[in-house]
Amino acid sequence: MSSVEFRKELFADERQDDLKQIGRPAIRQDIRGHVTGRTAYYDDHLFERLLHMRCARSPHHHARIRSVDTSEAARMPGVQRIVLAKDVPNNLNTLLSLINFGKDDEPLIAGTKVSYRGEAVAAVIAETELQARQAAAAIRVDWEVLPHVLDVEEALKPDAPQVNAVYPDNTFDYEPYDHVKLRFGDVHKGFAAADEIVEATYQMSPIEQAPMETCGAIAVPETADRILCHTGTQALFFSLGTTAKLLDMPSSRLHFVGGTVGGGFGGKVDSITEPMAVLGAVLTGRPVKFQWDREEEMQVGAPRGAERWVIRDGVMRDGRIVARSFTGYFDSGAYTRLSSYAGTKGVGHLPGPYSIPNVAANVFCIFTNRTPATAMRGFGITGVDFAIECHMDRVAERVGIDPISLRILNAYRDGDMKAHRRTAKNTALVECCQVVADKAGWRLSAEDRAASSLTGTTAERQAIPETALDEEGRIGERRAGRVTGTAPTERSTGRLPAGTRGRDHAAIPVQRPDMEILSERVGHRMPDPAEAGGAPPLAAAAPARPTPPAASPPPARPASASPPPASPPHAAPAPPPAPPRQPEPAQPAHRSEPTAPTAPARGGHDPAPPAQPKPYEPDKPFSRGVNRPGVSRFLTGRRR
Amino acid sequence: MPKIPVRFTLNEAEVGLFVEPQSNLLEALRRGAGDLSPKYGCGQGTCGACTVLIDGEPHLSCLTLAEAAEGRRIETTAGLAQGSSLHALQTAFIEGFAAQCGYCTPGMLMAAKALLDRNPRPSREEVIDAISGNLCRCTGYEPIVDAILAATEGRAA
Amino acid sequence: MIEIERLDDVARAPAPGPDVRVLAGGTLVMRALNYGGHGIGRILRLTDPALREIHSEGGGVRIGAAATMADVLAAPDLAALHPAAQVVGGPAIRNMATVGGNLFAPHPYGDFAMALLAANAQVHWADGRAEPIEAMLGARGRSAGIVAAVTVPRLQHSEFRFRKVSRTKPKGVSLMSIAAHLPRAGGRLGDVRIGFGAMGDRPLRATGAEQALSGRSLDPAAIDAACAACLDGLAPADDPLASEWYRRQVAPIHLRRLLEEVR
Repeated sequence: MSSVEFRKELFADERQDDLKQIGRPAIRQDIRGHVTGRTAYYDDHLFERLLHMRCARSPHHHARIRSVDTSEAARMPGVQRIVLAKDVPNNLNTLLSLINFGKDDEPLIAGTKVSYRGEAVAAVIAETELQARQAAAAIRVDWEVLPHVLDVEEALKPDAPQVNAVYPDNTFDYEPYDHVKLRFGDVHKGFAAADEIVEATYQMSPIEQAPMETCGAIAVPETADRILCHTGTQALFFSLGTTAKLLDMPSSRLHFVGGTVGGGFGGKVDSITEPMAVLGAVLTGRPVKFQWDREEEMQVGAPRGAERWVIRDGVMRDGRIVARSFTGYFDSGAYTRLSSYAGTKGVGHLPGPYSIPNVAANVFCIFTNRTPATAMRGFGITGVDFAIECHMDRVAERVGIDPISLRILNAYRDGDMKAHRRTAKNTALVECCQVVADKAGWRLSAEDRAASSLTGTTAERQAIPETALDEEGRIGERRAGRVTGTAPTERSTGRLPAGTRGRDHAAIPVQRPDMEILSERVGHRMPDPAEAGGAPPLAAAAPARPTPPAASPPPARPASASPPPASPPHAAPAPPPAPPRQPEPAQPAHRSEPTAPTAPARGGHDPAPPAQPKPYEPDKPFSRGVNRPGVSRFLTGRRR
Repeated sequence: MPKIPVRFTLNEAEVGLFVEPQSNLLEALRRGAGDLSPKYGCGQGTCGACTVLIDGEPHLSCLTLAEAAEGRRIETTAGLAQGSSLHALQTAFIEGFAAQCGYCTPGMLMAAKALLDRNPRPSREEVIDAISGNLCRCTGYEPIVDAILAATEGRAA
Repeated sequence: MIEIERLDDVARAPAPGPDVRVLAGGTLVMRALNYGGHGIGRILRLTDPALREIHSEGGGVRIGAAATMADVLAAPDLAALHPAAQVVGGPAIRNMATVGGNLFAPHPYGDFAMALLAANAQVHWADGRAEPIEAMLGARGRSAGIVAAVTVPRLQHSEFRFRKVSRTKPKGVSLMSIAAHLPRAGGRLGDVRIGFGAMGDRPLRATGAEQALSGRSLDPAAIDAACAACLDGLAPADDPLASEWYRRQVAPIHLRRLLEEVR
């Protein structure tokens, strides 16, 4: 029945072929429960005296809350409790605060202002779901409707309505800029040298994950002052940590049960239903279910955000793409959720699987009065891939080259230098194109049929070019009217010498020794500087004193205390840098590396990491990385 | 308002419940009778996750007033297996990888059972029509249709 | 709280008030109830078995208001209407959704009511009144009462055509639906009736297209004229499925396909 087809003739020497599971039919371990109806999703647990929680929501895209009148709702039959913003102990959060990324910017229940249609302003807990619904409909809110903005580019204008008070410029802060910068070579020089310029804009709408099971949770007071929470979350401990933070409660009081998810696709990481249900259980002392209905799932459930991409290519008549610039707009909706990460992840993916010597990107994560966006199946990647591949077809048409041939010509080969200064390895686009053409009955030239990902790299394709730098678009400049352009600027303010590889993120000292990435545990071969040919070696040339990271000021930079703009995107894949080693061309891919005599993985950073693990410190407060003053007081748990 | 009594057979067992007058059959089955196999997906007749058989025909339990089940014969996925021996549809779903998250599966199985009870040798088109009211968001329709066909007479192993 | 009352004999139905809803198959009223039942004060639950009957009456067929789409599909006398009943939801919905309920189904639902409009059905109210379906649909939402049955003339299957346009198949909500009654006598068309669904707030007749065809032979010139005039009488609007503009663009195309299928 399987439609999977294995092309084992490709890259045969790079693969183990004694696998016991892959390529063989398997019986899902959970499927017997599925077909007998016994798989227990979060809602498949029965509790005596279960209460139901429903929200009153904003009918406006953007409005100030003058007052909330709950008097009628409170008198309605079955109503046990009405929950308002003031009942949430720590009513400001951002999801990625648990990994120390971004500022708390979103209330669980809005208290002063709503910034998207459907934002919760109150919740009712009642004996039956119908009673909760009817009481929620009886809550009266005195709204002061505010102007709203629903378009990303409109939101960047200095006079645009301010969506989110924590980010007054309507852009997420990618310090020190209001966007993510990627700079590789000199894209404007590339455009000047190109035979053709092809520019187009691509737009994707939000996409709701629409799982069959809507988001929800049931919270139940347990003995020993703990709260049990059955949840459909895709991120159990993330939801637990978020609940602990919002409710200012030690995480040791929370007993989360989950992992059986009725479809998620990214839409069940936002951790809203869990704190709501737990809060309800705390306030009533009874089991409380908070379940979105289908309309809420569609209206309030965070979708894959809308994206807009402007792609500009400089192309030679023979089809070589010599320069490519991106201006990307991620529509985050009213709050950050995971869109900040979509921005960095998207930039890490540029310029697509193609070897292009000059690349620049400005990518914005923008706040609008739309439903907040979050994760969904490759978010940050899927949209820009759509744009890139549409654009490849457009380029092919302009220069009169077969679209598959154009892709094969420009596709990464093993050893090519990527725009974020990593060497391409395990590339396979050429072979994918060949198989697709074959399947589609599409004729390829003999040259294209003979092409291979393993050959075709050149010294030029391996090189890191001299890179033009700029500092346009610092946080706040746009709102102040000092910057209007969004595309990568032509006004370069410095040059980064050719060969500067950039900061190695894997080289950042890890928080705990057991988090160290060990090459023999990663499962694939580490990048080998010896393979990079003409590329300036990262460590091999000076093993004792590795190359400084790009984060240190390059010589040509103007005297400025600010960090340099040329850092590769945060989302760049961060394989641990290779230790210097003897060339061993025949070494199998799966073998572990020899132990490095020095510690080049941290070469760019001093002081050197501790040679020995720090002793265990039980008195140190348990922190999930939220350590900014005044942000959270949930740090009351202790390591056990 | 007082709860009202309702009696029906559920998977051949007699059930008597007191239900809220406005409550739907899905809630009555799940929280009243404790049969958690029908699922809530939409409450509006779009998804089919709550499909049960009433007198042998597929119905959406979320759009059926609980009281209207009085005296009816109700079947759910929880009653599909006979003791420890699985129904041919269940076996075919297992072997054909016809479930991913599994949330649509109980509804799919009931829609498929209604079809096979009436038409033991359906065509592929008839199978597709029979499950056309049941959504699968994991996009597993092909293996589901294949599994239902595999479960039909003469094709089950 | 919402009261629910059984109605075992529809002839003895109380006069419905503005907040009363009639529950038959449940696909509309239970859905509203599941979402809070806002605006509903009382629900009359039809349990009168007579309301599910389908039988011949005079020159036509009488369909009880509580007959389901599955009941219609099981009635050979109603073969001309089977294509319209077949596209209402999936099998479970067709076992539940009723003919009477479809008369009150809001946009974009109500494909079967639209087919009844093209078939020139009569609507019979429980209090004994009867009126053409067009009048009943026109006053929908402003008149109160319980529909007991509809009667449809006997239709030649070959003279009645139905087409539903939706983005997903086999089950999808209508972007539009079209039904046409094309009676013929001596090589010419008689009084043509064409209905459009999802092209207004209720099923509507394409009066311009009807006039372009009535009394003529169904030749390319007449089809051209009907398609050119097909938006007369329709009032499409934007909704999440399609824009008004799109609906106006494709309505003549789908009407043409339906008419050319007949020839």
